[in-house]
Amino acid sequence: MTTTTLEGQRLTAPSEPPRRRPAGRRAIAPYLFLTPWLIGLLAFVVGPMIVSLYLSMTDYNFLQDPTFIGFDNYVRMFTSDPRYLASVGVTAVYVLVSVPLQLAFALGLALLLDRAIAGIAIYRAVFYLPSLIGSSVAVAVLWRTVFGADGLVNSALGLLGIESSRSWVGNPDTALMTIIALNVWTFGSPMIIFLAGLRQIPRSYYEAAEVDGAGPIRRFLNITVPLLTPIVFFNLILQTIYAFQAFVPAYIVSNGSGGPADSTLFYTLYLYQQGFTSFQMGYASAMAWVLLVVIAIVTGLNFLLSKYWVFYGDGDR
Amino acid sequence: MSAADLADAPRRQSSLTRRVAMHVLLILLALGMLYPLLWMIVSSLRDNSAIFSDASLTLRNLSLDNYARGWDAQQNSFATYFGNSFLITGLAIVANIAACSLTAYAFARMTFRLKALFMAILLGTIMLPEHVTIVPQYVLFSELGWLNTFLPLTVPKFFATEAFFVFLIVQFMRGIPRDIDEAAALDGCGPFQTYSRIMLPLITPALATTAIFSFIWTWNDFFRPLIFLTDNSLFTVPLAVRLFADIGGTDWGALFAMSVLSLLPIFIFFVFGQRYLIRGIATTGLK
Repeated sequence: MTTTTLEGQRLTAPSEPPRRRPAGRRAIAPYLFLTPWLIGLLAFVVGPMIVSLYLSMTDYNFLQDPTFIGFDNYVRMFTSDPRYLASVGVTAVYVLVSVPLQLAFALGLALLLDRAIAGIAIYRAVFYLPSLIGSSVAVAVLWRTVFGADGLVNSALGLLGIESSRSWVGNPDTALMTIIALNVWTFGSPMIIFLAGLRQIPRSYYEAAEVDGAGPIRRFLNITVPLLTPIVFFNLILQTIYAFQAFVPAYIVSNGSGGPADSTLFYTLYLYQQGFTSFQMGYASAMAWVLLVVIAIVTGLNFLLSKYWVFYGDGDR
Repeated sequence: MSAADLADAPRRQSSLTRRVAMHVLLILLALGMLYPLLWMIVSSLRDNSAIFSDASLTLRNLSLDNYARGWDAQQNSFATYFGNSFLITGLAIVANIAACSLTAYAFARMTFRLKALFMAILLGTIMLPEHVTIVPQYVLFSELGWLNTFLPLTVPKFFATEAFFVFLIVQFMRGIPRDIDEAAALDGCGPFQTYSRIMLPLITPALATTAIFSFIWTWNDFFRPLIFLTDNSLFTVPLAVRLFADIGGTDWGALFAMSVLSLLPIFIFFVFGQRYLIRGIATTGLK
C-alpha cells in the first residue's frame, strides 16, 4: 500500500532504487500466482456460464446442434409446465420451513453449550456430526428406511401407543416433511458458527448488566440477541443458499422420480431430470439461470432487510 | 460464615442440580440424534429377519455376514468402488492444497490492480450453484472425450475451482504477521520462494482443514459422478450404494453394511480432524 501523506512518501523514497527491479517482476508475479485460478475460472466457470446463458435460449438435446428459440424456454416454464411449478412449490416450502427450524435448533443448542460444562467438546462433535454426513447417499438411504412403512418412526410411535403403518416417504402429504427433518437434523454446522459468535461477546457486558440489576432474561434480550444478529444473518444467508440447492435426499428418497405425486420434486432434481434423463439441455440451462437469479434476489432481499434487524454495534447500524 | 455466603449456598446447590439436568438433557438430545445412525450400525450386524422387528440397540447374535454379502453383491466388488473413491479424493486433496494455497497467497499477500474485482469474482463463485455450469461442462468434457473418466471430477480442482478453500486460506494467511514476508524478501526470497518456503509451513492448520473438507466433500459428492460416470467399474462408493439401494431388493442388512462402510472413512477423518473442521466452520461458515 502506498501512502499519500508527505511523511509516507519521504519514508518510501530512499528504499525505492534498490527495489525497482523486483518491482517490475512483482507487477507480473501476482498474475503468475493467479494463472491456474484464472484458467479454471474461464474454462470451468465463466465460459460455461456464457454458454449456458446462450443454451438457455435454445432447443438443445445434446445430439443435434442447438436451435435458437429466444425466451421460449422461460415462457414454457411459467405457462405450460405444471411439473416445473410443482418443483418451485416444493423448493419454496423446503427453504421456508427447514431453514428457520434448522437455525432455531442450532441457536438453541449453541446457547445450551455456551458455558463451561464438562465434555463440551464431545457434545459439540456429536451435534456437528450429522452436518458432515447429512448429504451422503448412505444417510438418505437410512432416512428412506427410517420413515418407511415398517421403519423406526412407526416403531417409536408404537411405543407411544400410536399404531401407524403409513409409509412417511411413500405418502405425498408427508414425504417432503421427512426431507425437511433431514435438513433440520444437520443443524450442527450453523450451531458451531453460533457458538463462535457467542464466544465473542465480551463477558464484561454481562457483568456490567448484572451490576445494574438486569436479570438473565433481560441480559439475553438486551445483550445476547442484538450482538448475535450478524451471526444469525450470516447463517441465514448460507443455509438458504444451500437449501435452494438440495438434491441428494430428494433423489434417493424418491429414487430419482421426485414422487410420490411430485411431492419431493426439488428444483435441482427436476433440473437434473430435464437435463440428463430427458436431455432437454436448453430447458435445463434456463432452469439453472432462473435458480441463480432467484438465489441472487433472495440473498439481496436478505441484505436489504438486514438493516432493520441486524445490529453491528456502536452506531454502525 | 457471612450472610453473603449463606445466600450463596442455595444458589450453588441449585446450580449443581441445574448442571446435572443440563447434562441429562444434552445426553438425551445427543442420543436422539445419533439413534438412527446407531440403529443402522447395529442393523448391519443383524440377521435380515431381525432388523425391522427390533428397534432396540441390543447387541445379540451379531455377525459380519451382511458385510461379506454386500461386498460382492454387485457387478464389481466394493473394493473397486472404494479404490475409485480413494483415487478421486486423493487427487482432490492434492489439487486443492496446491492450487488454492497458490491463489490464496496472491490474494492475501500481493497487491495488484484488479485485486478488488478478482476478490469479488472469487466470492461470487462460492455462491454460484453448480447447476448453472453443469450442462456446458458436460458438453465440454464430451468434446474432450472425458466422459466416463475421472478427469471431469479431478482436473478442475487443479485450477482452484473450489473457491471455498481459497477463501479459507486467505482468511488464515491474514492472521500471519506481514513482517515475516518482508524479512524473507530482504533475505532475497522471490515471491514463489516466500510462498513455498515461508508461508506454506506456517499455514499447515489451514491446509489440514482444506484436506479434510476436500476429502469429505469429494467422498460424499453424488451429483457430479452421477452425471459424468456411466461405466459400473468406474463408480464411486455413493453411486454404488445408490445402485445397491435400488436393485438390492430386501437385503437390508447388506445394504446397511455397505452404507456403514461408505461412511467409515468420513468418521475416521472426523475423529482425527475434528479440531480443524470446527475451526474451519467457525471462521468461514463451510458446511
